[in-house]
Amino acid sequence: MNFQPDPADQAFREEVRAFLREQLPVDVAARNRRGFHPSKEDELWWTQLLYRRGWSAPHWPVEYGGTGWSPQRRFIFEEECFLAGAPPTCAAGFSLLGPVLYTYGSDDQKARFLEPTRRGEIFWGQLFSEPNAGSDLASLKTTAVRDGDHYVVNGQKTWTTEGHYADWLFCLVRTDSSSKPQRGISFLIIDAKSPGVTIRPIVSIDDAHTLNETFLDNVRVPVANRIGEENAGWSYAKLLLEHERAFSAEVPRNKRLLSQLKHIAALALDGGARLIDDPLFSSRIAEAEIELRALEWLTLRALADMDHGADAGRPVGSVLKVRGSELIQKIGALIVEALGPYGLIAYPELDFETLPGPEAAAGKTADFLYRRAVTIYGGSNEIQRNIIAKGFLGL
Amino acid sequence: MDFDLADEQSLFKDAIDKLVQKEYGFEQRRRYAAEPEGWSRRVWSQLAEQGFLALPFDEAHGGLGYGPVELMLVNEALGRGLLLEPYLSTVVIAGGALRAGASDEQLALWVPQIAAGELLVSLAYLEKQSRYNLADVATRAELRDGEYRLSGTKIAVLHGDSADRLLVAARTAGARTDEEGISLFMVDADSAGLRRRGYRTQDGLRAADLILSDVAVPAANLVGRIGGGHALLQRASDYAIAALASEAVGCMQAALEMSVDYLKQRQQFGAPISRFQALQHHAADMLVEVEQARSMAMLAALVVDDVDEAERRKTLSAVKVQIGKSGRIVGQLAVQLHGGIGVTEEYAVGHYFKRLTMIESQFGDGEHHLTKIAAAGGFVSVTP
Amino acid sequence: MDLRFTDEENAFREEVRSFIRENLPKPVHAKMLEHRALSKDEVVSWQRILNARGWATPSWPAAWGGPGWTAVQRYIFLDELHQFPAPEPVSFNVSMIGPVIGTFGSDEQKARLLPRIANLDDWWCQGFSEPGAGSDLAALSTSAIRHGDHYVVNGTKMWQGMGHRADWMFTLVRTDPAAKKQAGISFLLIDMKSPGLSVQPIITIDGRHEVNSVFLDNVRVPVAQRVYLENKGWDVAKFLLGNERTGIARIGMSKYLIRRAKQIAAQVQDGDRTLAEDAGFRRRCAEIEVELKALEITQMRVLAAMGEHAEKPDPRSSILKIKGVELRQAASELLLRAAGPLALAAEGEYDPPNPEDAPADTEWGSTIAPVYFILRAASIYGGATEVQKNILAQAVLGLPK
Ligand SMILES: Cc1cc2nc3c(=O)[nH]c(=O)nc-3n(C[C@H](O)[C@H](O)[C@H](O)COP(=O)(O)OP(=O)(O)OC[C@H]3O[C@@H](n4cnc5c(N)ncnc54)[C@H](O)[C@@H]3O)c2cc1C
Ligand SMILES: Cc1cc2nc3c(=O)[nH]c(=O)nc-3n(C[C@H](O)[C@H](O)[C@H](O)COP(=O)(O)OP(=O)(O)OC[C@H]3O[C@@H](n4cnc5c(N)ncnc54)[C@H](O)[C@@H]3O)c2cc1C
Repeated sequence: MNFQPDPADQAFREEVRAFLREQLPVDVAARNRRGFHPSKEDELWWTQLLYRRGWSAPHWPVEYGGTGWSPQRRFIFEEECFLAGAPPTCAAGFSLLGPVLYTYGSDDQKARFLEPTRRGEIFWGQLFSEPNAGSDLASLKTTAVRDGDHYVVNGQKTWTTEGHYADWLFCLVRTDSSSKPQRGISFLIIDAKSPGVTIRPIVSIDDAHTLNETFLDNVRVPVANRIGEENAGWSYAKLLLEHERAFSAEVPRNKRLLSQLKHIAALALDGGARLIDDPLFSSRIAEAEIELRALEWLTLRALADMDHGADAGRPVGSVLKVRGSELIQKIGALIVEALGPYGLIAYPELDFETLPGPEAAAGKTADFLYRRAVTIYGGSNEIQRNIIAKGFLGL
Repeated sequence: MDFDLADEQSLFKDAIDKLVQKEYGFEQRRRYAAEPEGWSRRVWSQLAEQGFLALPFDEAHGGLGYGPVELMLVNEALGRGLLLEPYLSTVVIAGGALRAGASDEQLALWVPQIAAGELLVSLAYLEKQSRYNLADVATRAELRDGEYRLSGTKIAVLHGDSADRLLVAARTAGARTDEEGISLFMVDADSAGLRRRGYRTQDGLRAADLILSDVAVPAANLVGRIGGGHALLQRASDYAIAALASEAVGCMQAALEMSVDYLKQRQQFGAPISRFQALQHHAADMLVEVEQARSMAMLAALVVDDVDEAERRKTLSAVKVQIGKSGRIVGQLAVQLHGGIGVTEEYAVGHYFKRLTMIESQFGDGEHHLTKIAAAGGFVSVTP
Repeated sequence: MDLRFTDEENAFREEVRSFIRENLPKPVHAKMLEHRALSKDEVVSWQRILNARGWATPSWPAAWGGPGWTAVQRYIFLDELHQFPAPEPVSFNVSMIGPVIGTFGSDEQKARLLPRIANLDDWWCQGFSEPGAGSDLAALSTSAIRHGDHYVVNGTKMWQGMGHRADWMFTLVRTDPAAKKQAGISFLLIDMKSPGLSVQPIITIDGRHEVNSVFLDNVRVPVAQRVYLENKGWDVAKFLLGNERTGIARIGMSKYLIRRAKQIAAQVQDGDRTLAEDAGFRRRCAEIEVELKALEITQMRVLAAMGEHAEKPDPRSSILKIKGVELRQAASELLLRAAGPLALAAEGEYDPPNPEDAPADTEWGSTIAPVYFILRAASIYGGATEVQKNILAQAVLGLPK
């Protein structure tokens, strides 16, 4: 054990910073930091820019265009991008589908999808959840019936994040309903423009449109678009859900929220005193900072495990998810509290300057509201506790 | 960064784990507590023989020259076994102050004795009014005829009743809460004018109050610069916090394991209570806390020798806050999961709970350190 | 709806307060102020003082020789005791066995036992739990086999509070091993001096001896000492456990803990001022005080509802238990935090040390941590917090078992 950070990693961090300074326009950065949902244009444009530097898919294997960075460097990269206000890249494509594709996809599928994804030419949507299959995903009912060299897909998917941006969708369907729920599932790739695909908005609690319901009505999908074996889709999906566990604490997001909190607390909002000078409020900020400090270290430990390809016997992903998501919510609540009356205002994404309050107020309450979902998606916190108790503590 | 044990570190950890496992069953611990000093001289000799008492001291002075990571491994093991011996007081705290301030001659004299298990030293810094303020020292020392004369009262000196020598913080100049003007003196326990009153502490350890009435101390026993003792107390506090963090992690890990085992064993309503999801989630929450605390114990090992004093102090404050909070949650839940037997003296889990509780009030509680961090501007900068 | 106390109720509070002030023996008060243990004599004599005033049995109707108070009066009475603080009448007698005898006992049992229960002529203990029967009380296995006009009782009871002081134990035993769990249980009164009965101390984490194990080895108990029908003891137990809910939140105890924390904070130095001046300490107090205020009103609401249909225990009283315990535990943490390093020493729990010998020169120092330690038990006994939450989820919210 030696906890000294590697100086070479620090140099790498500087390199990333310099890149961001040069390439990331100030207005784009400001827009992203505000907390509103990113636009498709920003996401794809930024992906293309990263692609040109060879950095759009850092965690993919080098043969598929990855960077070959250590997990620590990927973490640094992610953190620097996020803190600088860079737009995200399509998470469904890069983090979820990508690994499934390069691990289980056919050569033809890899050729068709990996490179265009990396270039920022394809936007992906994830069609897993259904109205009656959330935490219990294996109970999904959307069917795919074989008809020659096509599947005919029928059913309803929901919660499709950025589904209205999507060019392609990846979907879990039931191809065999006679066996155990997990056994009869297949993994399909569906063109979003296929006849019979209807995507409808779900307006979320922050009064924004990022979620969708997706209806699949006799959608014909070539058998060639199935990933891997028929009825083996569940095992691919599991790989996807467990991938990149070490990143699940969202340390960068937590850091950004914390510095925003401090920024807001340092404004003299009601004329006189700054909230940050109030020992009580500042000690509550400090409390959150300490949690974050510990979480960052836990993440570093998990990254080291990843680096060795070793599972250190800790249910690290679940621990990180539970604590990281709770912290996001805790800091968000402090931000809204610090904003006082301005926390009540529903700032629009454009022209928010016409409303009262500091610029920093825009988007904050909306983000706080939307982030109530972080303890629900990605395996709800109750599910994570089950995983810890059953999978690790043996209860 | 490397989170894996190097070969030598593994050997080290195995050795201390083995010693604790062999010598520190709960029943054995009970017997040691009943010994005259409230701990076991035999275990102490074993710690000495295997080099654990020499661990952090420089080789030049007769130590082994190991670093904070090794100390972390040892303290975690001591926490698991709830050791009663004066390791924290002699090796970590007093040892830390000596390493920070004693002269080469002094170290060459004392370290070999400490390493051999022949010299126990306790740092006497607390006074009734001082709470968590290291600079609050009313005990006075005056130079008279080439000797220092100490008068005052020190409280809650850890293992102060069995210590051979006491490293006493006394004021040689300045007002009661000034940082400047505090000096440290190595005082023989059998000095004339020194009265000690030993007692058991709530976590089953020992402590003593010292009443000093004009106690004579040779000038050669001044440790560090005259008036510069505050810095040494701070170093001692740094080391103490790092050690308490890893000790607490050991306690928490043990409490978690005991609880999980108990849930699997205990039958109510016709089956093991481990099937109740409410209890499973309690256990999961404990694990989350243990891991957060473990991260902070590691961070403590990283920064405890950091030369950037402000950063070091702030980070160690954060460590103390986190282990206090995690320790509280883990200790309370461990008792709760055990039901009635969790609150009995004859069952180990309650003793872990008590130790975790009392760690909170040593070297500053959470509130104290939070305030310090907040005043120092925290960790994250205001501008993104 | 009127959330205020009436003038009469306020006057009653005054009356109770001045009675306690005038009659509680000073040494007892001094011990109570520092959360120190009382001797048997001290408890008995105080209960007799209350009994002489007719106040030892707050929940009893006049027909049993009780004061016949309303729920609100009972609440006020206990609240005043807790805040003063003065000892409560022994609950095993007054809240547990008394109402059982009053409700299920024969006329002869009532006439003979109730006055002795009230006056603490007999000290009772509760022999319900066993090593294998805690939350799952109906799993109890102590057996009672009928031999003519006696039962022969064998088994181990555990956790008998004050069992070492008790003259009698009311207990649940299995009289029909073949019947379903709850169905084969009977309620017996057992003389603690019976041959074959032995008591063994259990020391708790606060270092005190309050609970015990009770071993029953062929103990002969006259059939006449059974309460209610054979194999119907579970009904009696259910009555007993659901009976006294008035004081369950123990709000007055929390108030006293906070008061004591504030008093200590005013004595404790924190840098250049006292801890009482510290904003963080004050906020922590205020946080608990706010919740206590809410709980007080909730308590009144449950009391009001109880008045209307008193036979059935209100499942919402689980809220009072859960929150009441949580706040008492939080208040004890506050107390511990206030004392800081002065609470480290562990000697002198039973009696105040000699002032000149007190560790850290602080006579009360060693009394603090044990309060915090033993309050952890409050979320375990009397229906553990998890079990109370099951009740709320199932009985109040209608969620499935
Ligand atoms: C903002 C957002 C974005 C999303 N994006 C996508 C997406 O792009 N694609 C996609 O396919 N899905 C997406 N999801 C869906 C997400 O995966 C589901 O919401 C999640 O799986 C939970 O399912 P549910 O909402 O049906 O809740 P339910 O599963 O019905 O859960 C309800 C409650 O019950 C609890 N619960 C459930 N099971 C257990 C158990 N065994 N033990 C204890 N508690 C339990 C849960 O924790 C929760 O509190 C998104 C969801 C949100 C909110
Ligand atoms: C200080 C003290 C005094 C006492 N005094 C008396 C007395 O005078 N007379 C007497 O008869 N008894 C007494 N008791 C016993 C008390 O009633 C039991 O401790 C209590 O019923 C809990 O049982 P247990 O200790 O066996 O814990 P268990 O029932 O084994 O519980 C262990 C854990 O499992 C949880 N658990 C149990 N069932 C469930 C469930 N269904 N769902 C979720 N969680 C569950 C509990 O909440 C607890 O966290 C006393 C206990 C104590 C600690």
